[in-house]
Amino acid sequence: MSGAWTAAAALARRDLRAALRRWGELALPLCFFVIVLTLFPLGLAPERDTLAAIGPGVLWVAALLASLLALETLFRGDMDDGSMEQLVLSPQPLALLALVKALIHWLLSGLPLVLLTPLVAQAFYLPTDALWVLALALLLATPTLSLIGAVAAALTASLRRGAGVLGILVLPLAVPLLVFGARATDLAIQGQSAAGPLYLLAALFALAVTLAPLAIAAALRISVD
Amino acid sequence: MLELKDVAVARSERILFDGLSLSLGPGDLATVVGPNGAGKTSLLRVVAGLSRAHAGQLHWRGRAIDEGDPVYGRERLYLGHQPGLKADLSVTENLRFLLQLQGAGFDASTLAACLAPLGLAGAEQRPVRALSAGQRRRVALARMRLSGCLLWLLDEPLTNLDIDGQALVAGWLDEHLAAGGLAMVASHAPLGARHAGRRLQVELGG
Repeated sequence: MSGAWTAAAALARRDLRAALRRWGELALPLCFFVIVLTLFPLGLAPERDTLAAIGPGVLWVAALLASLLALETLFRGDMDDGSMEQLVLSPQPLALLALVKALIHWLLSGLPLVLLTPLVAQAFYLPTDALWVLALALLLATPTLSLIGAVAAALTASLRRGAGVLGILVLPLAVPLLVFGARATDLAIQGQSAAGPLYLLAALFALAVTLAPLAIAAALRISVD
Repeated sequence: MLELKDVAVARSERILFDGLSLSLGPGDLATVVGPNGAGKTSLLRVVAGLSRAHAGQLHWRGRAIDEGDPVYGRERLYLGHQPGLKADLSVTENLRFLLQLQGAGFDASTLAACLAPLGLAGAEQRPVRALSAGQRRRVALARMRLSGCLLWLLDEPLTNLDIDGQALVAGWLDEHLAAGGLAMVASHAPLGARHAGRRLQVELGG
């Protein structure tokens, strides 16, 4: 079993290195996120009440779309250069390798989004207390999204133009995250306890982290065939 | 050790060939020949475990090969059209990853000894992006040599290689077979290996 952990660590190192050497691609979804969010105050009346009312919903939708943008590249590179074949053929459990890939992907695309959110949330007059809840909710929801998205990305990995299909597959599945996430933020803004929706987000994460790797592995086997 | 029984291979619902039986033991080399589209690559992908056989069974060490079989995964090396290298990583980083993925050890001095005859000495830290197609193929060959795998499945291993490179592949193949290894190779060009073991030819199509 130690071979599996060595391989998993080697894969994590390789993906991190390769991604950091192409940091421009990493910045793309983040720029998209910031730009979309700044469009709302510009497009709507920049009044405090309006913006505070739509803020949580807009933040969550923008975060979902930005994550979607990052998902397309998750398996694309590995499919193109043949390393996906080697991952599938390796003696290591493919579900473990799939989990590593999804988590590294979250580390590079989801986590920066979470860190960026308190800054951009200022544009929507979010109270400081609510910022913490928002950040925590995003911290729970973005890895779930990376895992669900990875299943869809694995299914569409062999398609030349998979981006459109990817959105259609992922966004309906992301609805619970949007509902609970925006609800938690809303409750925090009203000064109430947001524990309920946060627990539900945590439960969704637990579900995704246990089941998604198996589905990703199965989907990758189909895609390389 | 490697046995194929009545294997049929299909591509996009079309059966390319069927009833292929083959048995390879230590030191045996099977060359797969046939015109384009006969199913050479498809056969190798099925034997590697990337695709499923349309019908028939595959056995390794007397046991049926399962999906994601760890024993077979450790002992079988597949070298396809794509070398599986990351363009942004260096030669060493790529090889270290691929070897660790396969569960093989990685040792810097062995690596240097392997890269020297390939003409890649001094290129260890160079990103694969900066290498030519032939040099990338040579990096993939270094992996083949260092993997310690018993069964080599090579799909057109001579592609992009110059005369020296082709001779090197033939020499390494000879050594591998002489040491009791097995190989299945699809190639249009003659391999030029002189090895001592059995030599089988699988003719597809035509």
